[in-house]
Amino acid sequence: MSDRVKAKRLDSSIPVWRSLRFWQSAGQVGAAMGIAIALGVLGDNLLFNLEQIGIRLGFDFLGSQAGFTISDTILPYTPADSYQIALLVGVVNSLRVIGLGLILATAIGITAGIARLSANWLVRTIAQIYVETLRNTPLLLQLFFWYFAVFLALPNAASPLQILGWTLSSRGVTGWGLQMSSEFASLLAGLSLYTGTFIAEIIRGGIQSVSRGQGEAARSLGLKPLPTLWLVVFPQALRAILPPLANQYLNLAKNSSLAVAIGYPDLYAISSTTFNQTGRAVEVMAIVMVAYLVMSLSISLLINIYNRSIQLVER
Amino acid sequence: MHPRLFGWGAIALLALCSTASCARLSSKPPTAPGQAETLSKGKLATVLSRGKLVCGVSGELPGFSFLGKDGKYQGLDVDICRAVASAIFDNPQAVEFRNLNAKERFTALQSGEVDILSRNTTYTMSRDTSVGLEFAPPVFYDGQGIMVKKASGIKSLAELKGKAICIQTGTTTEQNLTDRMRQRGLNYTPVVFEDLNTTFATYSQGRCEGVTGDRSQLVSRRSTLPKPDDHIILPEVLSKEPLAPAIASGDPAWGDVVRWTIYALIEAEEMKLTAQTVTQQSTNPDPTVRRLLGLEGDLGKGLGLPNDFALRIIKHVGNYGEIYDRNLGAQTPLKLPRGQNQLWNQGGLLYSPPFR
Repeated sequence: MSDRVKAKRLDSSIPVWRSLRFWQSAGQVGAAMGIAIALGVLGDNLLFNLEQIGIRLGFDFLGSQAGFTISDTILPYTPADSYQIALLVGVVNSLRVIGLGLILATAIGITAGIARLSANWLVRTIAQIYVETLRNTPLLLQLFFWYFAVFLALPNAASPLQILGWTLSSRGVTGWGLQMSSEFASLLAGLSLYTGTFIAEIIRGGIQSVSRGQGEAARSLGLKPLPTLWLVVFPQALRAILPPLANQYLNLAKNSSLAVAIGYPDLYAISSTTFNQTGRAVEVMAIVMVAYLVMSLSISLLINIYNRSIQLVER
Repeated sequence: MHPRLFGWGAIALLALCSTASCARLSSKPPTAPGQAETLSKGKLATVLSRGKLVCGVSGELPGFSFLGKDGKYQGLDVDICRAVASAIFDNPQAVEFRNLNAKERFTALQSGEVDILSRNTTYTMSRDTSVGLEFAPPVFYDGQGIMVKKASGIKSLAELKGKAICIQTGTTTEQNLTDRMRQRGLNYTPVVFEDLNTTFATYSQGRCEGVTGDRSQLVSRRSTLPKPDDHIILPEVLSKEPLAPAIASGDPAWGDVVRWTIYALIEAEEMKLTAQTVTQQSTNPDPTVRRLLGLEGDLGKGLGLPNDFALRIIKHVGNYGEIYDRNLGAQTPLKLPRGQNQLWNQGGLLYSPPFR
């Protein structure tokens, strides 16, 4: 047996309590047991108190009739459907707004980020004002602004506004084959513009992290500014951009739960109604947490895969 | 210790502890504690030792629970809590009010954050049986209605077909409206909000043609809109909405305290005892009055309260009629007629079992 292997095992010539390895392991075991005991005590307390008021935990309520209508849905849904279906509709609604929001936010972010580095003073200033204003005001306030001050201020459904093939009214906007309710539109606008500011800053930081020599070398080879940016600078900047970008995507996904404040029936809003009607706060909250966890983990998984694919491969 | 072994061992330990807790799920069904047990360590004992009652209210409904200009809570629901506090502490101010929205009200009660929920909550079967609540007698018999703008020209429910209606989430009104519209085969667009203020603001802005809620709530909130006279409440009553205070189930003694406080208010109006006259009844020969006010008998003993608990209640907050007139009556902006909220012998639904 080699010396290295011998040294790894616990040295039997000294008592156990004098071995550093033992104490390191014991400390970790102790901490893990402590956490397990704490969780066990909390769980036990919850179950005991629920028993006292006669509520038993269980997911059987999911099969009961929902009894409430959901206005904005692409899945077929009637009030006679079960809570399970209602929650599923909520998940789909959340995914709709998150998916579109991510695409829009990225597009806005890239545009604003590059605009902030523009040589043109006007473009640069407008981008700066946009980023600084929307970054520093609370999202909920912005959502209310979009809903009350913009979309609800549109003319009544009886006499809508018609611009460029779009029909705008306080009920919603329709055009080019799309139909969005005011609630969906305000949520989308608010979320995209808010997250777009953070993405803009990340992109700007990423681009500035690429050494100037790269840009200068590309220009000296005769490449115009746009191809320089797209073919040379941006791919190198991606390595600095992707990790914080994943953060912002997750923020957008979680911020979408503010939909309940402006009347859009997303997962959180429907789960609120469900647990108010059934009184099962613990189970419904657990379902919602797992749903958001799965959504967020999927987003970060995809970004991690992409990130790994653009890493520098060292020999 | 091998790192991977340690990691899996820790996870196994965590799983073990959580399944040990889950084993409680298959334990015997919950039983209500005995009378003596709850008197000594139930909600009443907790409230007495705390020195004040914690009352969950809406805080946004003029006439029921609202913060007045002087910074004090006023309203029917508020006065019910003050009545309970008077019964226990002889002090109607020994109450702490917590504003709760429609979503958190039941969780707050279940978790013990508030002792009593006096929040214009409708007494329904599912809330009584499967949400872990216990309801006191209804203090306000109401019905659901819809409010529309006069200018819209809508005069009945059928004319709301295809229109948008603003609703507050998680209320019986949401479910009732769904039922009624389904029954009539009318489709509509519900616009659902969590917050009561946002619901009415959105309706006021014109996003929805109608807004639905208990009729008393509609009248109350109409008084806060910029032009109250521009709005009318449709004549259709969509459902029965008996509004009653609620407590967490499993504590019958506490339930008795709240129940008999409310009955005392109704009985006092039936006996024509007011806040002014109730203290002058020591010479009254009527045995029913003497028993109610504790001058004879020991009715308070079964509740765990002193025998003059009813006297304390009426002295501090008045009888039901006085509470109603003060908050919802002809002198207030709401001017709600008593309707079904009259005594049983005056054509209404308020009936107290005898105090004996």
